[in-house]
Parts: sequence; C-alpha cells; structure tokens
Amino acid sequence: MVSTSQPPLPPAPPSAPAVPLGSLFLGFFELALSSSGGALAPAHRVLVDKRGWLTNREFTEILALCQVLPGPNVVNLAIYVGGRYHGAAGAAAAFAGLLLAPLLVIVPLMVLYAQSGQNELVRGAFRGVAAAAAGLMVATSLKVALPYRHSLRAVLLAALAFAGVSLLHWPLLVVVLVLAPCGVVAAWRGWL
Amino acid sequence: MSDWLLRILADLVVILAPLSLVSIGGANTILPEVHRQVVSVRGWMTDAQFADLFALARAAPGPNVLLYSLVGWKVGGVLGALVATLAMSGPSSLLAFASLHAWRRFYDAPWRRPVQAGVAPVAVGLMFASAYTLVGAADTTVVAYAVTAAAAALTLWTRAHPLALLLAAAAVALTGWL
Repeated sequence: MVSTSQPPLPPAPPSAPAVPLGSLFLGFFELALSSSGGALAPAHRVLVDKRGWLTNREFTEILALCQVLPGPNVVNLAIYVGGRYHGAAGAAAAFAGLLLAPLLVIVPLMVLYAQSGQNELVRGAFRGVAAAAAGLMVATSLKVALPYRHSLRAVLLAALAFAGVSLLHWPLLVVVLVLAPCGVVAAWRGWL
Repeated sequence: MSDWLLRILADLVVILAPLSLVSIGGANTILPEVHRQVVSVRGWMTDAQFADLFALARAAPGPNVLLYSLVGWKVGGVLGALVATLAMSGPSSLLAFASLHAWRRFYDAPWRRPVQAGVAPVAVGLMFASAYTLVGAADTTVVAYAVTAAAAALTLWTRAHPLALLLAAAAVALTGWL
C-alpha cells in the first residue's frame, strides 16, 4: 500500500529516529489506558512529552487537521502518527493499540460492572474521575496554547473558535469553515 | 452463528458506518443520532441504560469513542463490540489515512505553511471548548471544581501521572464530599 515512491515524510522530531511497529502499538495502548473522560490530554502527554513522536507545535497543527476530518480526533491522530512512521501497517498498529486492545481490557470490566448492580459507590467514584479528567483537559489546552501566547491575533482566533462553539453553540463545522480561512489568510500575510 | 446475531451485527454496521463519515468534531457529535437509533428506533435499550453506558465509557479507560463499542457489546456481546468499533472508527480512519497521506504529499508546497499555521489557533480554541464542555458536565459542586483545578495545576507544574490523579480524585469522591 505504501510504496517507496512515496514523497519524503515530514522530518521526524530528532528524539524519535526510528519507531518500531511494536512501539506504536504499545504507545497507543498506553494512551488508551490512561485516557478517562477525554483522550487528548493523555495523547499530548504520551506523543509529545513522553515518546517525542510529535513536537508540541506539530501536535497542535496536526490536531487541527484531525479535528476537521470526520472521526474521533485521537483516532485520526493515531492514523497520522502510525502512517508517518510505517505507512498503512503503522496506522493499523496504532489503531489496534488505541481501540482493539482496550476492548480486551474494557469488555471484561463492563461485564463485571453490569453484574455488580451499578452501586452508588461506583457512581460516586465516577464523578471524581470525571472532575479530574476535566482538569487534565484544561491543563493540556493551556500547554497547547502556550506557543501562541505572544501573538495577539492567534489568541483572538482561538478565543473566537472557543466562543463560537462553547458560548454561541454554533455547529463545529460552521465555526471551522468561517475561522480557518481567516487564519490561513492571516498566516499567509504574515500577521500571525 | 445465529441469524439473530448476524442481523444485530449487520444493523450495527448500517447504523454506525455512515455516521462515522460525518462525525466531524469527534465521536460526540453523532451521539444524539445513535441514541435515537438504538433507543427509539430499534428499542435495543432504555434511555437510562444508554445513559449508564455513556457514563461508563467516560469513566472507564479508553477513548470516549468506545461508547459505541459498549453499545455493540450490550446488543451483540464481544463480537458486537468488535463490529461496532470497526464500523464506528474504520471508515473515518480510512478517510483520515488517505487525507493525511495527501497532506504529506504537499509538504513542500508554498501554501502548506500558512494553511497549517492559520488553522492551528482554531484547533487551540476548539480544545478549550472541549475542556469547557468537560468541566461543565463534571463539575456540579464546589469540591468538584476544586478537584478539577487541583488536577489541572498538578498536571501543569508537577510530573504527577494522570492515572494517579484520576485515582486520587476517585478516592476523594468516595469520601462523599463530591
């Protein structure tokens, strides 16, 4: 599927010269197991901080593309990272680590949970996990935003995207279709 | 394999595979439609059972898209979970692979840089929007807000492992303060 005539891949970060297929699988399995209530925070931690498969800036830029494409953002991210290092086989390994391996862990847990009668204790613990997971997402958003803090226009663009989705409740597609071209023109003119 | 199971598996594919290709913005954007299909149209489960699966998928390890795997498990066992996972994420992943491959082809094109740099701030804004949604859904008490703030601060300024933070928060919740 991926021939040798493929154009050169974007330069990998220096800390990741070669990533074996098994590492891709394990990396995304680890990501899956450490994500509760939102996968983007652990994705940033595993892919950028821990494994160095993406730089902080790359993470944000690729994430933008993954958000515009249909499908869960973190799955698209896995397809990109896996595909970048190993073509179709890498994408498949990342997909399997992220989605199929957790099935083996989660399905038995679900069966146990269903048999447990879903008691109040478990529900209470869930509430705590959800609150902490929200905090992890806040922290990751701040980390990802950090490189843009010196550009007032970039901050404005991010603020408008946030306001459109969270405060005005516009469909995500509309927000992206309006703001992305503005951003592209601004970047083209060197305003960002 | 029984005809009944085959039929359930086929139904899962028919419901999820097309939605996979329109789920722009992530797995949660198609949630209302899947809910309508499995609760109202097919009657596979009650509203409360669906809400339970949703809570479970959010709290259990694994990406939130595994909610649809749980729906598959509920109606078709382990095989149902596998088929639902592939139907939900397979089509969009093939499209992503093709698109991102095409994107790499244009790595040296003069317009790539401005496109990537111009769209990235929008992605940052959308991440804050996700965080806002999660905070709004999770935090209904002052203590819950405090747990969220503490988890954010510890992530930013220490090397605390996220799993440790989640477990600590579960422990706090078990004391009944949340």
